[in-house]
Amino acid sequence: MTAELGLAALWLAAALALLQIAAATLGLRREGALGEQLRGAVRPVAVAQGLLTAIAFAALLAVFSGSDMSVALVAENSHTAKPWLYKVAGAWGNHEGSMLLWVTILGLAGGAVALLERRLHERTLVATLGAQAVIALGFYAFLLFSSNPFARLSPAPPDGLGLNPLLQDPGLAFHPPTLYIGYVGISVAFSFAVGALVTRDVGPAFARAMRLWVLGAWIFLTLGITAGSYWAYYELGWGGWWFWDPVENASLMPWLAATALLHSVTVVATRDGLRAWTIMLAVVAFSMSMLGTFLVRSGILTSVHAFAVDPERGTFILALLALYIGGALALFGARVGTVRAGATFEPLSREGGLVANNLLLSVILGIVLIGTLYPLLAAAMGTQLSVGPPFFNATAGPIALGLVALMGVGPLLRWRRDDKDALVSRTLPALGTTLLGMAGFFALGGVTRPLPLLGLGLALGLAVASIAPLWRRNLRRTPLFTYGMVVAHLGIAVSLFGMAADSVFTEEKLVAAQVGQPVLVGPFSVTLQGIRPEIGDNWSALEGVLRVQRGEGTPFLLRPQQRFFAAPPTTTNETAIRTEADGQLYTVLGRQGADGRWQLRLWWKPWVTCIWLGGALVALGGALSLLGRLRRERQVRVDPHPTERWT
Amino acid sequence: MKRWLLWVPLVGFAALLGVIAQGLLKPADRTVRSAMIGKPVPAFRLAAIAPGKPGLASDDLQGGQPRLLNIFASWCIPCIAEAPQLLRLKQLGVPIDAVAVRDTPDAVADFLRRNGDPYARIGSDRESAVQLALGSSGVPESFVVDGQGRIVLQHVGDIRADDVDAIAAAVRNAR
Amino acid sequence: MKRLLLLAAVLLSAPVLADSRLPPASFADTQLADPAKEAQAKELMATLRCLVCQGQSIADSDAEMAGDMRALVRRRIQGGERPDAIRRWLVERYGDYVTYDPPFGPATALLWIAPLLMLAAGVLLARQAFRKKPR
Repeated sequence: MTAELGLAALWLAAALALLQIAAATLGLRREGALGEQLRGAVRPVAVAQGLLTAIAFAALLAVFSGSDMSVALVAENSHTAKPWLYKVAGAWGNHEGSMLLWVTILGLAGGAVALLERRLHERTLVATLGAQAVIALGFYAFLLFSSNPFARLSPAPPDGLGLNPLLQDPGLAFHPPTLYIGYVGISVAFSFAVGALVTRDVGPAFARAMRLWVLGAWIFLTLGITAGSYWAYYELGWGGWWFWDPVENASLMPWLAATALLHSVTVVATRDGLRAWTIMLAVVAFSMSMLGTFLVRSGILTSVHAFAVDPERGTFILALLALYIGGALALFGARVGTVRAGATFEPLSREGGLVANNLLLSVILGIVLIGTLYPLLAAAMGTQLSVGPPFFNATAGPIALGLVALMGVGPLLRWRRDDKDALVSRTLPALGTTLLGMAGFFALGGVTRPLPLLGLGLALGLAVASIAPLWRRNLRRTPLFTYGMVVAHLGIAVSLFGMAADSVFTEEKLVAAQVGQPVLVGPFSVTLQGIRPEIGDNWSALEGVLRVQRGEGTPFLLRPQQRFFAAPPTTTNETAIRTEADGQLYTVLGRQGADGRWQLRLWWKPWVTCIWLGGALVALGGALSLLGRLRRERQVRVDPHPTERWT
Repeated sequence: MKRWLLWVPLVGFAALLGVIAQGLLKPADRTVRSAMIGKPVPAFRLAAIAPGKPGLASDDLQGGQPRLLNIFASWCIPCIAEAPQLLRLKQLGVPIDAVAVRDTPDAVADFLRRNGDPYARIGSDRESAVQLALGSSGVPESFVVDGQGRIVLQHVGDIRADDVDAIAAAVRNAR
Repeated sequence: MKRLLLLAAVLLSAPVLADSRLPPASFADTQLADPAKEAQAKELMATLRCLVCQGQSIADSDAEMAGDMRALVRRRIQGGERPDAIRRWLVERYGDYVTYDPPFGPATALLWIAPLLMLAAGVLLARQAFRKKPR
């Protein structure tokens, strides 16, 4: 019964999306009372649609948590004996369920826009909700016609097949929802852009409404990438944390676009410049999140991060991508020329810095995009080739360092126009720190490779520069969003420091260890005490017991494992990691050698934790910014007809 | 701003879509093939691994007669599936040599006892060095080598029943 | 005793994969004595593609063949060979697929030039924002 209720809710939601599109389109064309009524209907319909998707998703959660094996999806992806958390997480640990989660977040976001957005011109809001309904309708069709999560199975099996053991990990259980919230937030920004194009209403009010959604989405995308990187780091067992793998790039590209959008939308909101560019970026950001979903699900590129793939689903997502983005870009080409040109400005100004920021971020995005897809292009031309870290590091690396240098200067620039000499004196402390830091790491730390040396110096300089906007300010009266910017930029500095430090200071020890004989790695002495068997729910393992001592400190044990799963037959390395204040000791148990000794892979990675700590700081900065912006929006008196000045 | 510039994104997107659609609808062959076709077999000398059977050296592949070089391993399951086809090829008069990858004498002897022995020589390649030198990326794989020791054909994966005629023909034509 | 039996059971059930039972090649997981040479080997290994994996370099793959390729790289570096020569040797056998550092050539010209082109186009586009007079 519950499953049928969910399916009915889904059909109803799809019908409402259709109604929403019709009401919005007709309402925008008709003048007079009828048009007004039609436009007035759009908001409540959007809210109802959001509620229905929530009901559908609740129904899915209910069948999963109650282990209703007569639902095919539950039987295929769950097991009666599974812990409750993973039963619930199983609801979105598969294609159909995750798509339903996608439309649920989309529906709720649409409802939230309809309920909360009071600043935007009514027609623009109606057009925005119409666009949102078009996006939702495509995904409803996808679910109902090719990926029904509520299909029944007869006869129902008693227990179910179970969730892939590798997915029974709290990190992975919450990774997809995080990314989806980010993607959906981007889709709302996209709808705002389309809405604004339809009504030619691109201005500060539109920018302020869109900024909140971009910020929200960006926070979740940041968290998603940070968590995904840490997961790859501890799961894959070779100490790497970023591989320029297609699936990783697929999550990086929307983030890059959203970061650029976040900065350009501020220019529209504050100075009413970069109008067309901001619209373009919103379209690009959404297309990157769709492309990311497509790349992950279609299996078109080989990736370490194996995922259930299906070309047919890929075709559907590709068709939606073509429809939405093609449509939006056609609208862009036809309409943007008639949107009034935005303000132009002085090169040496905050907005000038933000233009440079957008330029560099877009080029990095372009590099990642072309590097990721180039093997496909080459295959179409009949050559097999691989594009990997050497390409990305050589091309995107220097530009990223340039961007970091710019980050040190940008926030110190004044809006409208700045004075060169004054700017130099403001950036002097950061510049000095950078040079001193580089000299120090060169002379005392023995770092000679130029790129990491520059990275370390810039990280220190950027840390100083990020805090500089608070210098000589009344900290009490500084708005929260300024703190947000400071924290986010500081997070980048911290993360960059971690990356550069990892690349130069990491110590690696690969040894065939003899029981009882200590191995030295970094400041640690590691002794293999023995190998023990371990048995888990659905795996057996060999566990190395390592006794570790740092200098004269208290010894502790680390237990890296080699795990064997029976079905499907897989071997995984379970790394054992010790986190210290100044880095991590990363240990992996390898195979047994011919002489009976056990292979150990040991890494001492000074400051490596900074990489993810920095990511978390960036997300925290975003959250502070969002809070600050929300608070400011409340304080500003709402103008009943705010956008008339711009239309 | 120039008007035509506004349409550049759409054109770029269409190109992107084209590349992706091509990759999705006509997925390229992902088999990694050796780039050594048409080139001489690299010089190597491998010790014997099976009792009463000589090891294998690159010189053995230049005896004026085309041969089939089979890369196999006793621990490889498709190699078991391939064994009957190799025996048929031997019956058809194709001389077959082998490189046993990462293997031990006991395991190879056991494998030959169970699955038949079509090989004239077997060389032991303990660290896949010869496999790598040949540009082979897995087991089983087979190379047709002509009388002068030039590689003329690579067969990736196990030889199925309907591959036998083509491979026998390739060996005949390599004369 | 129970522990020991358990250990034996785990050990026996271990080779569930289609992997050989031989221990890893001598240099697969053993560093070179000379740190400078090991660093060279390490750098090269990170840019060579494991041929049997789903997009991993041989430096971070558990596959046996990746181990054998690491052994090959280390042995040749040990023997004084230049990393470039080893890469070329592998490309001669497996084509450009084996290197993550695509060599510049007709098929990859667009890939390597694109970043510069995009930067140039971006600068031209950005200049529009700075023009003094709106249209």
